[in-house]
Amino acid sequence: MAFYDGLFDALGLRDWCDQDAVVAPMSMADLLKANQADAIDPNAEAFPFPSLDELHTACGKISQTRDFTTGIEDSFLAARAGLKTVLDPITQPLSLALDSTLYVFETTPWWIIVPLLVAFAWFVSRSKWVTAFVAGSFLFLGAIDHLHVALQTLSIIFVCTGISVLLGVPTGIAMSKSNLLQKSMVPILDLLQTLPTFVYLIPLIFLFSVTESKLYGIAIILYAIVPVIRLTDLGIRLVDKDVLEAADAYGMSASQRMTKVELPLALPNIMAGVNQTIMMSLAMVVIASLVSAPGLGVLVLRGIRNLELGVGLVAGFGIVLLAVILDRTSKAALSRVDKASKQ
Amino acid sequence: MTTTPKVSLRGLYKIFGPRDKEMMQHVAAGMGKPELLEMHRHVLGLQNINVDMQAGEITVVMGLSGSGKSTLIRHLNRLIEPTAGEILLDGVDVTALSPADLRKMRQEKMSMVFQKFALLPHRTVLQNAAMALEVQNVDTATREAEAMKWLHRVGLKGYENRFPSQLSGGMQQRVGIARALTSNSDIMLMDEAFSALDPLIRTDMQNLLLELQKELQKTIVFITHDLDEALKIADHLVILKDGAVVQQGEPQGILLNPADPYIEDFVSDINRARVLRVKSVMTPLHDPSMLDKLKGKTFAGDVAILENLESLIARSEGDTSLHYRVMDGDTPVGELHMRDLVKALVPRVSSTA
Ligand SMILES: Nc1ncnc2c1ncn2[C@@H]1O[C@H](COP(=O)(O)OP(=O)(O)O)[C@@H](O)[C@H]1O
Ligand SMILES: [Mg+2]
Repeated sequence: MAFYDGLFDALGLRDWCDQDAVVAPMSMADLLKANQADAIDPNAEAFPFPSLDELHTACGKISQTRDFTTGIEDSFLAARAGLKTVLDPITQPLSLALDSTLYVFETTPWWIIVPLLVAFAWFVSRSKWVTAFVAGSFLFLGAIDHLHVALQTLSIIFVCTGISVLLGVPTGIAMSKSNLLQKSMVPILDLLQTLPTFVYLIPLIFLFSVTESKLYGIAIILYAIVPVIRLTDLGIRLVDKDVLEAADAYGMSASQRMTKVELPLALPNIMAGVNQTIMMSLAMVVIASLVSAPGLGVLVLRGIRNLELGVGLVAGFGIVLLAVILDRTSKAALSRVDKASKQ
Repeated sequence: MTTTPKVSLRGLYKIFGPRDKEMMQHVAAGMGKPELLEMHRHVLGLQNINVDMQAGEITVVMGLSGSGKSTLIRHLNRLIEPTAGEILLDGVDVTALSPADLRKMRQEKMSMVFQKFALLPHRTVLQNAAMALEVQNVDTATREAEAMKWLHRVGLKGYENRFPSQLSGGMQQRVGIARALTSNSDIMLMDEAFSALDPLIRTDMQNLLLELQKELQKTIVFITHDLDEALKIADHLVILKDGAVVQQGEPQGILLNPADPYIEDFVSDINRARVLRVKSVMTPLHDPSMLDKLKGKTFAGDVAILENLESLIARSEGDTSLHYRVMDGDTPVGELHMRDLVKALVPRVSSTA
C-alpha cells in the first residue's frame, strides 16, 4: 500500500497504471514490504516527497530514477560510435603534439633542455631574478631526481597552453565582435569553469581509450582555455573607443584595425589570461594523472594510493615549484608588455 | 561666391535609435527633439542641416554641449550614417560610397584630429604620425620621412622616438595634427581639438593652426564650444542648437547681427572691441566716384581695414568725435566715425533677455 495510491485512483489512472504491471523482478525492499503487508513500515514517512521512486511504488507506469541514469548512459553509448568517428580525427593532432613534445622533452639530454628552458625564461621575462630562480629550481629538481617527471609535466603544460591560446584568442576575438555569440558563450564558459575537474574526465573516458594522450589533453584544454577566451574578449571590448574611431577615420580595414590597434591594446589583458591558463593547466595536469597523464601528478597519486607520504609530499612540492616559476615568468612577461603598451 | 563648395551638406537629418527611418515622418511633420524622445524614445541628433564648406576655408561649427557638433562632423567621413540627406564631397555623394570606396576616401581625402588626441599608446610619436600613410601601405622609409617632416613643422623635433604618454597634452595634440597633415588630405576635421588644453597652450595651438593654414590652405572643419576660439579662426561660422543650424555666415556679421536670442546670449560676453574689425563697422565706399567725397573731408588719420577696434580706441584716446579714413593697403575704402564704433560695441539685446 503506497502513499500515492489514492492520487492515481482519484485521477482515474489506476487501469493505465496496472497495465502489464509487475513483470519486473521484485527488489529486496519490495519483497520485504510485500511480506509484512499492511503492517506499518517504521521507516515510512507520514508524507513522503512525490519522487519518481515513490510514485513508482504507487503506479508501475512511472519510471524509477535509476532508469534515467541508465537511459543517459545508454544514449551516450549509442552515440559513442558516431561521436568517435567525428572527434577522433579532429583530436588526433592533439595526441601527436602531446606525444612528440613529450618525446622531445624526455629524450633531449638534460644539459641541453635545461639551458634551453632557462634561455626561454630569459627571453620572455627579461628579468635576471626570474631567470636565476628558474635555473635554480631546475637544478634543485634535478638534485632530488625529479627533473625527468617535472619535464614531463612541463611538456604537457606547454602543449595545452599553446593550443588553448591558438583556439582561445580567435574565440575571444569572435566573442568581442558579436554580442549574440558572447551571450551564448558565457554560460558555456561558466560551466567549464565551475564543473568539478573530475567530472570532465567522465564523458572523455567513454569516448577515448585511456591509453590515448588526447584524453587528458582535452580535459586540460577544456578547463584551462576559459581565462584566455574571457580576457581576450574583455581586452578587445575595453580598447579605447576614441582610438578605434581614429583607426576608422583614417580608413583602416577591419583586419588592419584588429592587428594594428585592437590586439596590441588588448595584449596586456590577453597575457593576463595566458598566465591564468598556464596555472589552470598545471592544476589539471595533476588530476589528469588519474587517466594516465605522466609527470609529477603520478607521484602524488602514488603517495595517496600507497600511503607513501614522502613521495607524495616531495612531488607536491615539485608542483608548487613549477607553479611558481611558470607564474613568475609569465607575470614578468605580462608586466613587460603592460609597460610597453602604456609607456 | 560662385565656386562649388568643397563639402556640402544638403537636408541632412540624423535620428539615433533602431527605427530612425520611420521616425523621419514625425520629424518631417514638425515634431521636435523633446517630443520625439518623450513619445518615441529616439534622439533627434541633427535636423535639416544645409551647410556649404568652401575649399581653403576654416568652417567653424559652434554650439553648446549636446547641440550635435560631434554628430555633424562625423557625418562628413561617415563615422555616423545619416538618416536622410546628402553629403557632397567635390560634388560626389559620400552616402552612396561602397565600403571600399569609403575607406579610400577616408584615407586620401580626409584626416581627423580628436579632442582626446586618440594616439596609439604602444607606438612612438613617429609611428603615430606615420599611421595615416601606413594604412595606405606606403613603405616605411617614405612614410617616416613624411611624418618626420610634419613633426618638425609642428615643433616636435627631437621627440620622434618618445611615446605619447611621455608628452604633455599640447604636445600630444601636435602629434595629432602632424598625423593629420602627414595623410596629405585636403580636408581636415577637428573635433574640439583644443578644448582639452590649458588656455595658454590653446592660444599657441590656435596660432599654429592659423599659421599652417596660411601656408597650406586646407579645407578645415573645426568644432568648438568656445566663441572666442570660433571668432579667432573662423572664415565661416555655423551655430548649432539642438541639432539645427540657427545662424551661419561670416563671423563678424553674426556678432553684429545675431539672428536669435540664443546667439545674442552667446555673443553678449565677448570682448567685442578685440574681435570686431574696422571692416565690419565702417561705412564703405560703394563706388570710386565717391572717392572725391572723402577727399574733401578732414580725417583724424588712416586706419587699416583689418585693424581691430581695440587698437583704434587706444589710438583715439577715447575721443568719440574723431573720424577716420579706412585704407585697404594704399586705397581708401571707407570711413569710420568713432560714434559708430562705440555703438557697435554695445551688444544688441532683443526684448527681455
Ligand atoms: N549614439 C547615440 N545614441 C543616442 N543619442 C546620441 C548618440 N550620440 C549622440 N547622441 C545625442 O545626440 C546629441 C548630440 O550629441 P553630440 O553630437 O555628441 O553633441 P556635442 O558634440 O555638440 O556635444 C546629444 O543629445 C546626444 O545625447
Ligand atoms: Mg562633442
